[in-house]
Amino acid sequence: MLRILVPIKRVLDPQLLPRINAAKKGFEFSKNDKFSINPFDDIAVEESLLLRTKYKDLIESIQVVAIGSMENNKDILRNSIAKGVDKAILVPTKESAGDDISILNECKILEKVIEKTNSNLVLMGKQDIDKDSGIKGGILGGLLNWPLASNAAKVTPSDNGKIVVERETDNGQSTVEMSLPGIITTDLRLNVPRYVSLSKLMKAKKKPIDSLEVALSDEHTDNGKIEILQVEEAIHERKCEKVKDVDELLSKLSETISSTKAAA
Amino acid sequence: MRRASFQRFLSSSGKRFLSQKIIPFTFEKYPNVKRNPNFKSIDSQDIAFFQSILPSPQSILQSDLDEFNIDWMYKFKGQSQLVLKPTSTIQVSQILKYCNEKNLALVPQGGNTGLVGGGVPIFDEIVLSLKNFNKIRSFDEINGILKCDPGIILQDAQEFLASKGYIFPIDLGAKGSCQIGGMVGTNAGGLRLLRYGPLHGSILGLEVVLPDGTIIDGMHSLRKDNTGYDYKQLFIGSEGTLGVVTGISVATPIKSNSVQVAFMGIKDYSSAMKLYVKAKQDLGEILSAFEFMDGQSQEFVKKYRSTTSPSITFPLEESYPYYILIETSGSNKDHDQSKMETFLETAMENELIEDGTIAQDSNEAHELWNWRELIPESCQLNGGSVYKYDISLPIRDMYSLIEETNKRLQEQSLIADSSSSPSSSSSSSSKPVIGAVGFGHMGDGNIHLNIATKQYSKEVESVLEPFVYEFVSSKNGSISAEHGIGFQKKPYLTYGRSKEEIQLNRQIKNLFDPKGIMNPYKLL
Ligand SMILES: Cc1cc2nc3c(=O)[nH]c(=O)nc-3n(C[C@H](O)[C@H](O)[C@H](O)COP(=O)(O)OP(=O)(O)OC[C@H]3O[C@@H](n4cnc5c(N)ncnc54)[C@H](O)[C@@H]3O)c2cc1C
Repeated sequence: MLRILVPIKRVLDPQLLPRINAAKKGFEFSKNDKFSINPFDDIAVEESLLLRTKYKDLIESIQVVAIGSMENNKDILRNSIAKGVDKAILVPTKESAGDDISILNECKILEKVIEKTNSNLVLMGKQDIDKDSGIKGGILGGLLNWPLASNAAKVTPSDNGKIVVERETDNGQSTVEMSLPGIITTDLRLNVPRYVSLSKLMKAKKKPIDSLEVALSDEHTDNGKIEILQVEEAIHERKCEKVKDVDELLSKLSETISSTKAAA
Repeated sequence: MRRASFQRFLSSSGKRFLSQKIIPFTFEKYPNVKRNPNFKSIDSQDIAFFQSILPSPQSILQSDLDEFNIDWMYKFKGQSQLVLKPTSTIQVSQILKYCNEKNLALVPQGGNTGLVGGGVPIFDEIVLSLKNFNKIRSFDEINGILKCDPGIILQDAQEFLASKGYIFPIDLGAKGSCQIGGMVGTNAGGLRLLRYGPLHGSILGLEVVLPDGTIIDGMHSLRKDNTGYDYKQLFIGSEGTLGVVTGISVATPIKSNSVQVAFMGIKDYSSAMKLYVKAKQDLGEILSAFEFMDGQSQEFVKKYRSTTSPSITFPLEESYPYYILIETSGSNKDHDQSKMETFLETAMENELIEDGTIAQDSNEAHELWNWRELIPESCQLNGGSVYKYDISLPIRDMYSLIEETNKRLQEQSLIADSSSSPSSSSSSSSKPVIGAVGFGHMGDGNIHLNIATKQYSKEVESVLEPFVYEFVSSKNGSISAEHGIGFQKKPYLTYGRSKEEIQLNRQIKNLFDPKGIMNPYKLL
């Protein structure tokens, strides 16, 4: 039986460009900025729900967990309940830490949550679109000594109690079979998340969000090991060139394609 | 993974489909319309003159002109042999002056997305395409005043303005192709008229070239200016019959930093009306769109999208007889959000809506809009030939038009019975009509009736016309709310205008264009 845990995080709306702060060391947000669930986490939530639809008897529970303040996280937690997860958990952090705890601490908290919820499958986004580190799945796997199937494009439980995961790779697809307990991180192609139904959202508002206090015994501090020197806006270079006919256009195109391939 | 990769569902709407169909020439379909013999035919001397003022070979086209001769609906096809693409006001002026002297008729053409056959030639009129006349002239960041050439595509203008924190006051489904000049030509209404009003209010000034080549430079930038006749208003909605709009000065609103989109299912039309009243009460000044769609229109979009993007899911779990899309644009996210939530929750409690969803992020918002904006394209893909009526009616009578039309089509046995499943059986049935759908800008009392058919035919047309126009006229509605008259609706002008009004229009036309070279056979 699968006891699924989906860690979710709130990020700036994917279509909005974050504003760089005056010190150029980070970002600043205004109260009008729209935040939503990290899109990859949304895919993870969706996948857990789809698994339940397809393999009803295999799923014992689906829980989501967010770390941070209630104010910031209640929307994404409620939406998950409305979409159909069984339980939404918030791990409140110290006021000073806010939502900005280090990735390692986040993973250590998740480790504790997994223990307390007795989960045996973690479905999570392959990266957060705000930090883009893409290492949470790996760190968590290391802490727990659990296997990790990253960048999942298809997830299928097999008869022998394992899970078959088709993974996206640079040059195609690789299929792996993973034993449980384990971690799967989700890629873009896995599914398209559903919308939150209003009627279900209204019911979800009446349901509780569970608070789970987690104390870390050996809280990790960055202690200046990594310092952000400067954040800069990406410069999108657009070059215009005039070509005289279709033949020249085609040769220019193939030139560009091969040179970008070489660069990548 | 960059943020941009999440813009995955973006589709640019308003694109046309390449049709394999053979489209008959308009003059064959409408034998009663005769070419005006006063107009000269183009000869090599004319070409030589145009070459002298338009030196670039890309500015003069004499072959492969289907794109310019055939309209967006594939309903009208002209026989023009010449397309001119000026890039400046002076060039437009030189062309018009010459044409006026030589009695050469012309059609100004923008993005060719017009829906009444107004932007394509009927016979051999020269097409004056504004496509390459497409620069932004200036933008005043304090007053939000945009000055631009006519040929700039709406979406490009929108992107430019967004980067400055402003928006274009009008938005419509054809944004990927239609031009600002064409929108002025048709006085386009679109999706946000409810909030920002018609172009008649937003346009501060126009530069126009009269048929004799005179350039009227009225690129004013004053919100208040009572110095004589407001002649620019005549050009807004003149459909290229008075002159060519070569410059636009338009007041643009500040971009709202909090936009919300909700999509909901409704059980009957009277709930839709009640919901509209409630939306005005509860959302007040932040309401920026209230769009109505019937069930069949969404069946068409579902079918269309299942071919273009199979993984996309419909916003609601179930199907409903009607749908409403609401957008709010405001300046305070928390306030706006709580207003919207209260509105939707009380609407659910009062059973005005059956279910709904609020976009969680901009991708979802964009997706929800797609379900509304892709209706015209979907009708076309499902049918191929679509009869389109763009009607203003008192809100109470709005949907009865769709019901009456469906009834008539059923009585005449032209449409598959609506009780059988709409999406599956209809296209395979032997009936010529695939479906008659209604959708539109409910907040403006404007509904679009689209009848998707396998082929344009006299049989279907005679059932629809003049029936639709008579119906609308009997309810004191307008037979053209925002698309204009063009060629298609010209015979029905009397349903909307009195003799005296039409006479006054004629006098205005004669004043500006005594030789009648500008977009002949249209409007009047
Ligand atoms: C998918 C779709 C959705 C649409 N939705 C809406 C909607 O919501 N609301 C609405 O109002 N309309 C809508 N329309 C129709 C609308 O009229 C056009 O999209 C738009 O206003 C026309 O712009 P255009 O540049 O394509 O003009 P064209 O079709 O090229 O021309 C339209 C008319 O304007 C004249 N004209 C063009 N440029 C000039 C100029 N520079 N000077 C003088 N006259 C000129 C032409 O001669 C013609 O009579 C829609 C059309 C489509 C295809």
